[in-house]
Amino acid sequence: MEIPYVIQPRPDTGIYNAKVGIWLFLASEVMLFGALFSAYVLLRVGAVPGEWPHGWQNLTLGTINTLVLAVSAITTLLAWVACKTRQFGKFKFFHGCTLLLALAFLCIKSEEYREHLTHYEIQLTDGRIAEGDMRENNSQNDYVLIDGRYVAEEKDLYDLRAQKDPKPEEIKIPRAQIKEMQNYGPWHNDYLALYFTLTGLHALHVLGGSIVIGYLWGPGRRLWQTDPEHFTNRVEVSGLFWHFVDLVWIFLFPVLYLM
Amino acid sequence: MSESKTAQPHNAQFVGGSELHEHPVDYKSYLRRCGYVLIAVLCSTALMIWISFLPHYDWPAKAGLILCVACVNAFLVAGFLMHLLSEKKMIYTLLGFVAVFFAGLMGLTIYAMHDMPVGTVYH
Repeated sequence: MEIPYVIQPRPDTGIYNAKVGIWLFLASEVMLFGALFSAYVLLRVGAVPGEWPHGWQNLTLGTINTLVLAVSAITTLLAWVACKTRQFGKFKFFHGCTLLLALAFLCIKSEEYREHLTHYEIQLTDGRIAEGDMRENNSQNDYVLIDGRYVAEEKDLYDLRAQKDPKPEEIKIPRAQIKEMQNYGPWHNDYLALYFTLTGLHALHVLGGSIVIGYLWGPGRRLWQTDPEHFTNRVEVSGLFWHFVDLVWIFLFPVLYLM
Repeated sequence: MSESKTAQPHNAQFVGGSELHEHPVDYKSYLRRCGYVLIAVLCSTALMIWISFLPHYDWPAKAGLILCVACVNAFLVAGFLMHLLSEKKMIYTLLGFVAVFFAGLMGLTIYAMHDMPVGTVYH
């Protein structure tokens, strides 16, 4: 038995079935991300004024990732147009570009995660707080070494933008003086929990989209030989998903990096 | 059930199906359109960053402005790249339902902000 309406539109909907399917899926995705965004709104608006992190993200890397996804959205569309105009060589080129851009996005995102996970807040027994990038944390040594700074109060850590890029210096802290030490992982505070949840879920979508795009670019392209129209519809459906991934990032970027 | 297919030579344009099935695809005009959209998206991203650095506005004003620009950015992607400007009624109906549920979700969030237990102390 063959699946009907994979190429021709259904008379009642006016579109082929896979397209209805992907739009239904995207509708459920809107609600999934919507729920997480509403959690962000609830926590952000409810936060004590001056105690919500600002400028904690690497804006340069975030902007580069925004550009990478924007360009990949264009190459996805051009790959589909190449299929429509029966230029398979161009399809391979543009879909290959999309795949590379997706991998670039994931690499940049993992670098951002690495930056957070190696950044520490260290509370000292004398009441001061040290924060910075961990350089040496060997349990055999009786000290830790960070590139960072001392602050007097916790609230001095929140708005990094207002502090005009504080210059980090090398700080050697004896372990005996450390009261508590924690990196900037999702367990650190509400903002980082939301950051890792939202961007992690988004990165999983990028990974999933890359696998589909990689399949169509690799083994899946055999369908082009036997049924190019069906193949083109698959490219269109995967492209719609990819544009949705871009759309989510369009809101994630300002919410997490700028506001 | 049999699948309905249109057998065509490989150098022909497709017919049937989505928006562009009904219109011949002009590769160069598409390339141009994509270029415009990309430039607009890049400009709006730059604008958002610039707004976030404006010194004389408080957070709610900045957040509102940035979200407005993000919405324009999203409209460009959804409207032009996802062809939402020329989709079928079925898709619009589906998105209408999504909009209603999304508004309900955000409405519940706003409602929850004011639903504090009696005796809550605000700092």
